[in-house]
Amino acid sequence: MIHITGSWNSALHNKTLKTLVQGVCIPSAVGVTVAKGTVKIVDERCKSCGFCVEFCPTKVLALSSDFNSKGYHPPYAVAPEKCSGCDLCGMYCPDFAIFGYKNGAAATQEVDHEG
Amino acid sequence: MKADPRGVLTGVHFIDGDQACCEGALAAGARFASGYPITPSTEVVERFASRVPTVGGTFIQMEDELAASITLQGAVWGGAKAFTVTSGPGFSLMMEHIGYAAMTETPCVFVDVQRGGPSTGLPTLPAQADMMQARWGSHGDYEVIALCPNSPQECFDLTIRAFNLAEEFRLPVMFMMDEVVGHMTEKVVIPPADEIEIVPRRHTHKPLEEYLPYETNGGMVPEIAHAGEGYNFHITGLTHDEHGYPNMTPPIQDKLVRRLQNKVREAAERITLYEAEGLQDAEVVVISYGITSRVAQRAIELARAQGLQVGKLRLITAWPFPEHKIRELAPRVKAMVVPELNLGQMVREVERSAGGECRVLAVPHAGGSVHHPKDILKVIVEASR
Amino acid sequence: MSATATNPVEPFLRMDRIPHIWCPGCGIGTTVNCFTRALMDSKIDLKSLALVSGIGCTGRVAGYVKLDSFHTTHGRAIPFATGLKLANPNLNVIVYSGDGDLSAIGGNHLIHAARRNIDLKVICVNNLTYAMTGGQSAPTTPEHAITATSPYGAFEPSFNLPHLVEAAGAVYVARWTTFHVRQLARSIAEIFKKKGFCFIEVLSPCPTLYQRRNKMGDGLDTMRFYKEKSKIKNGASTSEVGLTINGEIIVGKFVERDRPDYSSLMRAQFVEALGDRYVDCTETVCS
Repeated sequence: MIHITGSWNSALHNKTLKTLVQGVCIPSAVGVTVAKGTVKIVDERCKSCGFCVEFCPTKVLALSSDFNSKGYHPPYAVAPEKCSGCDLCGMYCPDFAIFGYKNGAAATQEVDHEG
Repeated sequence: MKADPRGVLTGVHFIDGDQACCEGALAAGARFASGYPITPSTEVVERFASRVPTVGGTFIQMEDELAASITLQGAVWGGAKAFTVTSGPGFSLMMEHIGYAAMTETPCVFVDVQRGGPSTGLPTLPAQADMMQARWGSHGDYEVIALCPNSPQECFDLTIRAFNLAEEFRLPVMFMMDEVVGHMTEKVVIPPADEIEIVPRRHTHKPLEEYLPYETNGGMVPEIAHAGEGYNFHITGLTHDEHGYPNMTPPIQDKLVRRLQNKVREAAERITLYEAEGLQDAEVVVISYGITSRVAQRAIELARAQGLQVGKLRLITAWPFPEHKIRELAPRVKAMVVPELNLGQMVREVERSAGGECRVLAVPHAGGSVHHPKDILKVIVEASR
Repeated sequence: MSATATNPVEPFLRMDRIPHIWCPGCGIGTTVNCFTRALMDSKIDLKSLALVSGIGCTGRVAGYVKLDSFHTTHGRAIPFATGLKLANPNLNVIVYSGDGDLSAIGGNHLIHAARRNIDLKVICVNNLTYAMTGGQSAPTTPEHAITATSPYGAFEPSFNLPHLVEAAGAVYVARWTTFHVRQLARSIAEIFKKKGFCFIEVLSPCPTLYQRRNKMGDGLDTMRFYKEKSKIKNGASTSEVGLTINGEIIVGKFVERDRPDYSSLMRAQFVEALGDRYVDCTETVCS
């Protein structure tokens, strides 16, 4: 299985959405874990509360030892292949700094906000 | 814009000031009132409760004045013209929300049928002792407009004016009646709807993406939108910027609060309404408002009969105070006489505006009844010396 | 895999005002996630929504959601919302405020709106304290808890909010905690469809004040506390769901019943009394 890890951007003022890790899997003859979902993290919004790490049902996440510009440790996907895209992390995050989605699902969740 | 005929009870009526005020509100297009019973104001909303189901609209009696004074503001943001009615103790309870209306620039009318105070005071007897409170009752810097009718007819006419001013300047207007005007029965003529001029809500025509709730585009008064139209605006009582977002910094505070003040002050001469008579060669000017002006009228006539040169200035708008008029008059007269049903409130504004250019004599009265004309005459005579 | 996937909460937020003011480990943001998921799941017409809040940390929700939103005075979100709803009955009006705002200064309005069964959806975030002003005791503060105004431990009996609002007349009463994100989102979606006075209490951490003073750890510790202490008892009798400082937290949907709402009662009375002469206020052009 190939595991791609995004390197931590040392420019701590970079506020753009960072895709830290996406699970990518190459089938092989031996049993493999296919990630069903992806988690996206906005480092700069994170306040290290730890809810996402604690309540991820498949333990995808851990708090990183790196810092964002406010000194908090954002999470990262330590086991991205286990992500099911359930978005529990997104529901728990009080700072809107993380969300998960199912791979292959609509890229953006369309919301008819014009009413 | 002409009045909606469904709310206009055209005809000649023999009703009291409270009843006439209700009819004025309906004629002005008010279709929502929230209230709480308090003597001597209750009849206004009692009549509204009985009229509005056949005119179209809602009355709700809330659990207290704290609720009543903000429920009407929710109704305004829902699209209605709305008002509440109270007297002294309730007026005190409503102060926080009068400030909220001023801060959020919510167009609405607060009717205070003044009675003896302080505290529970004289529930069934008149006073005019809430006049300063009407101006300064809530915390912080803000401006209101206050009107003082002196007859049931004026309770009808000026209520319409109150709503129109509220819509034009987007603020709470204080309608300062008193127990005598509220409970005196006189002829009230209600004209046909097409003879009544109404100021409509200053609703924005901007497209959804461009509208900012407190942008004034160089003017003084922003355009409003209502909930449910897709504007997704935010309103807060916190110090805010054009977006309506809280922006709690000294520069924004300065900009906002000055505009709230200046939108009234810069238009003060246009807003202030008074009845002037005999000022050209007056030596003494009697300045009064509300029911006291009716008694003062008699005193002025008696004084003139004695050969005294007495002019009359009846305040119809108490706030903003017509300081420009007083400033103009003061150097030309010997004295100003200010009878009020209080121990000296508007007389302070007269003194301040006169700036020492003439004597200012109060004719105080603690409330509970009206002056006797001779009480006022005595001071006019003394002022003429 | 798409690099353009958006956080599902973002279209509902005023992103120009993010980051918000809430502390690390505060649960209010979590409740907002549940709220937005409920908006999505219920497919409600966003234009028909109005959100009214009072003063306090939870009151700040109004400033962050991208809806017609009103940040009103302390304790008075419910009467403001009542006026809004009565003037425009087509609005779905949500009241989103805190425990002190709704049950102390706003207590009178809470019980009267429930009594009248005004069609309002009330989300009460209960962090057991007045957080914004520094963590003073509130009517919901459990006995013996330390707060800024009960430095030796609170000794006042506290409100059992579900019991209070049920007794006053609410037609939907539920309690969840910020741990119960899925259930909370589901409850919120349910109340959008329920006519009448609906009340959801959500227990939420205030790690900076309440939990810190009571040595209960941080936000995560509190979430674990909720997980450990909560017991889901749908349909439980509300008289039995009172909270103590360290005891069991009964959560669930306690009450779901039908009563005619205020507007239906009003209409019925006027039609009976006035017949054809009654002019329904939705028929008139308001303003």
